[in-house]
Amino acid sequence: MGYRAERFCENFSPIVPCLAPRASQANDMLTKRIIPCLDVKDGRVVKGVSFVNLRDAGDPVEIAKAYDRDGADELCFLDITASYENRKTILDVVSRTADQVFMPLTVGGGVRTLEDIRNLLTAGSDKVSINTAAVERPEFVKEAAERFGTQCIVVAIDAKRRADETAKRRRYGSGWEVFTHGGRKPTGLDVVEWAKQMEGYGAGEILLTSMDQDGRQSGYDLELTAAVSDAVSIPVIASGGVGTLEHLYDGFVKGKADAVLAASIFHYRTHTIMEAKAYLKQKGIPVR
Amino acid sequence: MIAIIDYGMGNLRSVQKAFEAVGHRAVVTRESHVIADAGHVVLPGVGAFADCMANLQQYGLIEPIRKAIASGKPFLGICLGLQLLFTESEEFGLHKGLDIVPGRVKRFPSPRGPESAAASDTSGKPAACLKVPHMGWNALSITRPAPPLQGIETGAYFYFVHSYYVEPQEPSVVCSVTEYGVPFASSIWRENIFACQFHPEKSQTVGLSIIRNFGQWQ
Repeated sequence: MGYRAERFCENFSPIVPCLAPRASQANDMLTKRIIPCLDVKDGRVVKGVSFVNLRDAGDPVEIAKAYDRDGADELCFLDITASYENRKTILDVVSRTADQVFMPLTVGGGVRTLEDIRNLLTAGSDKVSINTAAVERPEFVKEAAERFGTQCIVVAIDAKRRADETAKRRRYGSGWEVFTHGGRKPTGLDVVEWAKQMEGYGAGEILLTSMDQDGRQSGYDLELTAAVSDAVSIPVIASGGVGTLEHLYDGFVKGKADAVLAASIFHYRTHTIMEAKAYLKQKGIPVR
Repeated sequence: MIAIIDYGMGNLRSVQKAFEAVGHRAVVTRESHVIADAGHVVLPGVGAFADCMANLQQYGLIEPIRKAIASGKPFLGICLGLQLLFTESEEFGLHKGLDIVPGRVKRFPSPRGPESAAASDTSGKPAACLKVPHMGWNALSITRPAPPLQGIETGAYFYFVHSYYVEPQEPSVVCSVTEYGVPFASSIWRENIFACQFHPEKSQTVGLSIIRNFGQWQ
């Protein structure tokens, strides 16, 4: 194959010589993304603290439209519907959202089969995020990437700092452990090793949530985010713990994240996305 | 009427809704007579190159696509729908495309790809910080004023999500360039074909104006 590819290359001139006019330097790069995340249960948006004490905060489609107007770069729906019978509610939410909002949408929660992925993509989702199913059978990620393309497969990792991190670091790798089932079930897997494995299996992006920080509004786990971002060459979305605009900035700079996910800070209008972007721009972060 | 080709993959609904949002009637179809009767044809795409080609073949869509393009009616390729027009792609091996636009589909340079097992890397750190896929909002430099790009200025941001980019054999087909580690063709225009690597149906207001322009293109 390698030989064929090389020989083929000779037949094509590179595109570079035709590139006369170029964008100004300021625009000449991929921008950092801000992604509001909506927890959706039985078709309604909820957001609680550390995944418990959920509060109903409204209609996902209406909130999605508001974020669209406010300049969000993507949207994320996390389906936390517990009962199997109600799982189809998310498809309805996704299709109603995609009818009215023309921006990228990632949907996660309970994605277990290729059929689940197909249904979500058909309903109007652009990417799906896989969490527990990846841990239970890593080959699922490989199959999904080969079937639908790596770019629409996000692997979500819920990470927790090991209790006796320093003592265990030598034996257990980076110091963070992968959890599943909404952060309730430890897996024994090392977060950084797991992220690398998932990249190798075809994940297009890592959605990295610190279970320690989630709901605390005291900032991302920057050490965790940077450790994963350094270890993989796919984009990493920082998640869990945003309380201020500075936390977003830190996520990009200290956490080396490619995108930041946030919920409460935007849901409760502590800040708008536009305020966040103005703040980041003024501090030199490339945003749209 | 606009025909959006359904080959069992891709964000068809989003594309259809985008056309409807700007006042164009669009149908999702895999019927060759619907494609033949349509005034405009769209080949969308999300998925793996080889699977998509296999599906086009399986559903008997390759000839209808060739005929639509040969008929001179406006044809829009989006993302994989751009890449499929090319001679061949490097994605998961080397695979033949439709070969309507000569050139090849290449992977962005990256220290590790999906084909190289994670276990094979022991160095710990990637050699470069270019993340693949190229995912997010990036700017266009418009090099030729294709009709669907009317009103779009250089510097406008569009949503991209892809690991592979097209390298046309004939550089003159390029109508916009975007920079990601390498400068690449983010859209091409040749006669009645306009095809873009970014997703206009996911690029908010600016994206919808391309959808609108395409629907009005004669």
